[in-house]
Amino acid sequence: MLKIKDLHAEVEGVEILHGIDLEVNAGEVHAIMGPNGSGKSTLAKVLAGREGYRVTAGAVLFEGRNLLDMPPEERAREGIFLGFQYPVEIPGVSNMYFLKTALNAIRRHRGLDELDAIDFLALARQKMKLVEMDENLLNRAVNEGFSGGEKKRSEIFQMAVLEPKLAILDETDSGLDIDALKIVAQGVNAMRRPDRAMILVTHYQRLLNYIVPDVVHVLLDGRIVKSGGKELALELEEKGYGWVPNGAEKRQPVAR
Amino acid sequence: MSMVYFSQFERFERAAAGTPRWLQALRRSAIRRFGELGFPTTRQEEWRHTNVAPLAKAAFQLAEPHANGLTARALAGCLIAELECCNLVFVNGRFSAGHSCLCALSGGARAGSLAAALQSDPGALEEHLARYAPSGENPFTALNTAFLADGAYVFIPDGVVLDQVVHLVYISTAPDGAVMSHPHNLIVAGRRSQASIVESYVGLRDDVYFTNAVTEIVAGEGAVIEHTKLQRESERAYHIATIQAAAGARARLTSYAVLLGGGLTRNELRVLLEGEGGECRLDGLYLAKGTQHMDTRTTVDHAAPHAASRQLYKGILDGRSSGVFHGRIVVRPDAQQTDARQTNRNLLLSDDAVIDSKPQLEIRADDVRCTHGAAIGRLDEEALFYLRSRGLDEAAARNLLTYAFASEISSAMKLKPLQCQVDLLLLNRLARDGRPKEAE
Repeated sequence: MLKIKDLHAEVEGVEILHGIDLEVNAGEVHAIMGPNGSGKSTLAKVLAGREGYRVTAGAVLFEGRNLLDMPPEERAREGIFLGFQYPVEIPGVSNMYFLKTALNAIRRHRGLDELDAIDFLALARQKMKLVEMDENLLNRAVNEGFSGGEKKRSEIFQMAVLEPKLAILDETDSGLDIDALKIVAQGVNAMRRPDRAMILVTHYQRLLNYIVPDVVHVLLDGRIVKSGGKELALELEEKGYGWVPNGAEKRQPVAR
Repeated sequence: MSMVYFSQFERFERAAAGTPRWLQALRRSAIRRFGELGFPTTRQEEWRHTNVAPLAKAAFQLAEPHANGLTARALAGCLIAELECCNLVFVNGRFSAGHSCLCALSGGARAGSLAAALQSDPGALEEHLARYAPSGENPFTALNTAFLADGAYVFIPDGVVLDQVVHLVYISTAPDGAVMSHPHNLIVAGRRSQASIVESYVGLRDDVYFTNAVTEIVAGEGAVIEHTKLQRESERAYHIATIQAAAGARARLTSYAVLLGGGLTRNELRVLLEGEGGECRLDGLYLAKGTQHMDTRTTVDHAAPHAASRQLYKGILDGRSSGVFHGRIVVRPDAQQTDARQTNRNLLLSDDAVIDSKPQLEIRADDVRCTHGAAIGRLDEEALFYLRSRGLDEAAARNLLTYAFASEISSAMKLKPLQCQVDLLLLNRLARDGRPKEAE
């Protein structure tokens, strides 16, 4: 589904990603772990098409198509979803209007009929249950005044409504207490499907107790330095990132 | 260049036979004052950012009273859907009974043309007309008074609550050359009366013309008055307007001003809080694009103690447009316990758009609370990315964020049909201006 080859990217003239190779197949859940500043969020934003993140070398193919050529909205319509680490507050735009507009843009792209307000509301209600989200939040402005937990739940709710093929969840666990974490994880698990892939970007192993990944990658200084099964996360938790050998020459082959 | 106006004044005066003497004196002193002041130049501080030289150069002619071919369809486009109101329609500044819809107002209130009131009841007008907005300093007000002939006269007796909105619809059409109109509205609201007045200015086509409007509002003790202005003139038109309001003790005045049209617009709102405990809340929104110029001025004059004023003005400027916000708050020595706040926020959508925002506080009392703030910004890149990452194309994302910025003003409007109308105008405008939507 997603093939990343030797991806180099810079932000404000500083190279952050120094050659990432990664392959994610339908049905898989990958975790990308790494300390602060290792380039995890940069990778997530490059994949979603954030302006200001410049790809200087390498390629990214999504279902065989060059992802890097597409503007962010086209990536979204093709089925990529980025769950933001810091969801943006947008005063004056109701959640309901925003999400209905987004869903209909995606549905149009996929050749489906647009949903009217009534059908959308029915769908939204059903999806809100997944993350035990308060229905009142639908009428509130996008993320405005939401608590940290509400924002993260709202991201997962959006994902559930938009039904992406590939979800990239950037630090979805940060700022969540254990109850909220369980609810968010439950929502994510409910969305695992053979035709959907997920990339969890996280600093801590904690999330992976609740969403068990198929593959774990360690990102250090802009490179994937180790990949393995779910047990790799536990090992990291125990030994810390210092334990992982650094440097390109010691890089492990990408797990399949 | 003022000669054009003097010769027209002579013709105008000759044609206006039977004018009460006091009005004749008012007009004459106003045209003299206009002659003394002349058109302002950018060397004058008050006009530094608004250049009216092109207006001064154009030889605008007084519109013929009956030059109109307003169709029902065109008229419908100027009205506000589902608003329970009586419509007073003016074409090129002259009342058009045939297009208007006057309804019976409760409790002896009246709303009609000023020209008719000058015929039927000049005595009632004498003590108010052109007294609140004097010709002294502003040449445009002087010009308006000199050519004062028509407009709206709204009178609400003490204690009367109007259940209908009064909508003044000024429609301009100038297919045969540049015309000018000088509408003058007088709104006299008695003690504890309540009313909502809407002024619309609409250009039927893309004509060049000049609207020079003055509105005077007198709100008696405890009156609750809501005034809304919707300016959607032709984008080649000149629109200069002064709204002068005086609020008595414990009166509450709410003003909304939405400026969308006009090539050059100057909208000045002056509120005198002359009674103890008066309140005003002034909200405004100006949207400029292309080469439009929009100048918003406010003066809130706290002349009595315990009065409160709130101002929130938001501007959206695109293309090579320019904007001015000049908000002045005066607190006189007696006006202790004044609570005055002013906020001006501007959104620049292009690199070439400019805004001059200037607050001016003149505080001569010591026990007061006055705050002001001005901000100029651009659309938030992170918010744009957030919307696009969910599938909205760039133009739609920009429009949505721009609309969200503006909707703080429209969502505060109490009359739902009016709010819907403003939202619709905003959305249409943004959809039209947004970059062409990509093929989907």
